[in-house]
Amino acid sequence: MTVQDAASQAALAELLLAMADDEFVLGFWDSEWTGIAPILEEDVAMSSVSQDEIGHAKALYELLASLSGEDADEIAFGRAPGAYRHAALMNHPRTDWAFSIARRYLYETADAVRLESLAGSSYQPLAQLVTKMRREETYHLLHFDLWLRRLTEGGPESRDRLIGALRDLWTDAQAVFAPLDGEEALVAGGIMPDRLETLRKRWLDRVVPRFAELGLPPMPAAPAPAPDGRRLHGIDFAWLHGEFTMVAASEAGASW
Amino acid sequence: MVVRGAPIRAADAAARDAAVWAAIAEVPDPEIPTISLVDLGVVRGFAFGGGPGGEVRLTVELLPTFVGCPAVEVMREQVGDRLRELGVADEVIVELSFAEPWTSDRITPAGREGLRQGGFAPPPPAGSTFAGTNLLTVLPVTTCPYCASRNTTLENPFGPTLCRAIYHCADCRQPFEAFKAV
Repeated sequence: MTVQDAASQAALAELLLAMADDEFVLGFWDSEWTGIAPILEEDVAMSSVSQDEIGHAKALYELLASLSGEDADEIAFGRAPGAYRHAALMNHPRTDWAFSIARRYLYETADAVRLESLAGSSYQPLAQLVTKMRREETYHLLHFDLWLRRLTEGGPESRDRLIGALRDLWTDAQAVFAPLDGEEALVAGGIMPDRLETLRKRWLDRVVPRFAELGLPPMPAAPAPAPDGRRLHGIDFAWLHGEFTMVAASEAGASW
Repeated sequence: MVVRGAPIRAADAAARDAAVWAAIAEVPDPEIPTISLVDLGVVRGFAFGGGPGGEVRLTVELLPTFVGCPAVEVMREQVGDRLRELGVADEVIVELSFAEPWTSDRITPAGREGLRQGGFAPPPPAGSTFAGTNLLTVLPVTTCPYCASRNTTLENPFGPTLCRAIYHCADCRQPFEAFKAV
């Protein structure tokens, strides 16, 4: 299927970029745990999960590149920090283990809701890629749900750190569902089977009961995310951007 | 040798297709030499077609085992090289495709045996309703590929490559890897 009208094309590009940047930036943050995770198994697990996410980002950038005629590497590494469209949840550094686990749990559950919906997209190349990605993401969901429980039940310190991190990240996590430019056109054409706000409510209906089930305190009320939820990035991301573009920037156009 | 413009009879086409399958089956997994790409189930199919100048073009579709698997580029090159060597087409194109998801259920019985010989436990069944369920798809126990013992434990659902998990066998005291159901 080809996306005919210009409004839908532009909006589809926004959607692909948002998804790719989420996976790409989080993949880079969490790859920092390689070698220094609290236990050896988590060194391997976090590295593997991060590699999955960067792989998903690559496939999404390639899909975007096939639409726009750009180069996927150029999209991934050639933009200024302000042109990235990851959600505010991905602006934070990895911080401590509880913080990284809290973010992963919030992201994986939100991403699962998004992918579940997009598996029914009328844009076949996206529906197909998402169908494949979901099989891999199932492992992430299981793993980080397990860690959420481990930290909750581990003892006062791990529980307090986890609760603190969840509260710190709660508002920014809503931004995974921040409205996209041209979202109406995508919904009208079936490229997005659901509105992002519908997906956000669906996500809340899953995570809020899960927190209650584990005996975690309720999160503060979070208003619907603002349209700039994917546009404002701070100094921490600027630093990460410098790190992950360092090799590409050292020799423009190099291949290996 | 392909004669340009010459019509191909059905019997010749069947023989040609068989030769292509046989050639791809000679290409092993880049990391596990005991399993071929055909038995791994990554070859979705191929088609002969005509290029703009009347040349014969062979297009092969590969399904990545994992979206981020870094070995797919090597697979792509090796399949392309082998088929160019076969000389049944003027041009060979190897494409990566997500037209259907690669699942571990695509590994053939011969492929499962090949994995065992390579020191890897084959995956448990993935089934068709995998995604979205919360089924525990990583088995707590699997069969040791070295000594066939079931006295094994899951050490880590994530392994040194995206497609593998880590187990330990208490009988032969070996760590080993198992393919994930996906």
